[in-house]
Amino acid sequence: MSPRSSAYIVGAFEHPTRKAPDKSVAMLHAECAQGALADAGLSKDDVDGYFCAGDAHGMGPLAMVDYLNLRVRHVDSTETGGSSYIVHVAHAATAIATGKCNVALITLAGRPRSEGMATGTVPRVGSAAQPDVPWEFPAKPTTANMYGMCAMRHMHEFGTTSQQLAWVKVAASHHAQHNPHAMLRELVTVEDVVNSPMVADPLHRLDCCVISDGGGALVLTRPEVAKTLGRPLVGVIGAGEAVKGQLGGYVDLTFSGAVWSGQAAFAAAGVTPQDIKYASIYDSFTITVLMQLEDLGFCRKGEGGKFVADGNLIAGVGRLPVNTDGGGLCNNHPANRGGMTKVIEAVRQLRGEAHPKVQVANCDLALAHGTGGLLGSRHGSATLILERT
Amino acid sequence: MNAPKVLDPIASPEHAPFRDAARAGRFVIPVCRSCGKAHWYPRARCPFCFSGEIDWRDASGQGTVYSCSVTQRASPPHAIAYVTLAEGPSVLTSIVDSDLSRLKIGAAVEVVLTEVEDGMFFPFFRLKRTAG
Repeated sequence: MSPRSSAYIVGAFEHPTRKAPDKSVAMLHAECAQGALADAGLSKDDVDGYFCAGDAHGMGPLAMVDYLNLRVRHVDSTETGGSSYIVHVAHAATAIATGKCNVALITLAGRPRSEGMATGTVPRVGSAAQPDVPWEFPAKPTTANMYGMCAMRHMHEFGTTSQQLAWVKVAASHHAQHNPHAMLRELVTVEDVVNSPMVADPLHRLDCCVISDGGGALVLTRPEVAKTLGRPLVGVIGAGEAVKGQLGGYVDLTFSGAVWSGQAAFAAAGVTPQDIKYASIYDSFTITVLMQLEDLGFCRKGEGGKFVADGNLIAGVGRLPVNTDGGGLCNNHPANRGGMTKVIEAVRQLRGEAHPKVQVANCDLALAHGTGGLLGSRHGSATLILERT
Repeated sequence: MNAPKVLDPIASPEHAPFRDAARAGRFVIPVCRSCGKAHWYPRARCPFCFSGEIDWRDASGQGTVYSCSVTQRASPPHAIAYVTLAEGPSVLTSIVDSDLSRLKIGAAVEVVLTEVEDGMFFPFFRLKRTAG
């Protein structure tokens, strides 16, 4: 057993649904919890730590702990948007290492598709007391146009092209064709992407992730418990988290918080980007992947366009297989929050349980990275490095 | 029941000096009396040195587009942008009253102070005329 891991991910479950009009959000959380605990070979009553974020309705963890009828001695409802669940894994590992809990359960669920949410193209109504709202809301920031501005600036500074961005989606579609649960399983070409309708210049419809219902859950536990479960051991060996905003108004859209969270995670793990066999990279939009790959050090700043092109992210084809489940672009983006599914596919890869067509050979070191909120204004960033022992 | 207001002067006392000036036709930005640095969006405490001594100074209203994204399918088409002010900071805004086919990074713009709701003012920007 690696002395580097004080906690192991022993349960991972992605809900198979992509549209769930007849289920409540709490039901979906519970189904995901049940699935991950069954995967781990643990029961509800083993759980003594619970983690959730803003998709769980009802004052942080309170409503869900009560709904699931858990007896917990540690809770954490850190909310950093879609990156929350990657943060939760890191926090759960720390909580386990410091004896705050033995079995940590993390859940995510939501149903924006059934609720008809215009996820990307309508400004989200913030609170009047949120300090930036009076200075930004009248400009009608949406998810799509705020990421669009990142892509526009990247193109301006580095000559990145729409065709290069499209390769991120093409790779996702190559992976999704093998995932029976994926929302979009059809192969697409670079031409398909750049000829799809423009949503927020320069991002086309096929540069944007899907809107799906569903959820996922993870279970972590301490090494002594993990060893008794008979599941492959996936250890947390490095983690980093960061928040990046507008820097007091001296806005720089060319980099993300991954510059900071990635560096922290790699330093803690004692590995480099070149050591990583598989990477789950949050793909809310194609530009998100491209920028995060640069910021995590998989290529130099400005060279993300070249790095993602020509199938370099496709398993069995390129140098760095990314999002082999089809990612948010093709598979699933439950609750508009992609961090959970990023960790789940990394766990599948490390266990050797990814689809055989996309399984990375001898995958013993993987990275999962997420962004939450808006890359163009303020966002959370979280990086995990996971190792199979 | 009324839906909660997104723009609410009662919730936004830090916005008051800006809207008072805007009502008088002046575009002002916050500058720290202690470290001398301008910032945006405005706060009552300097985000660089944490001083609470903030002056609201008249700004030129001139800037250039740092980045932008047009949503053509909005009706009418909508352009969001970051505009870097001549004074330094960048403002998240929307480009109005302009031929959006001319909108690009580096384009020169000028402020359009507009009352948006309940006495709340917002600094929109428009493309400057190319002539001159």
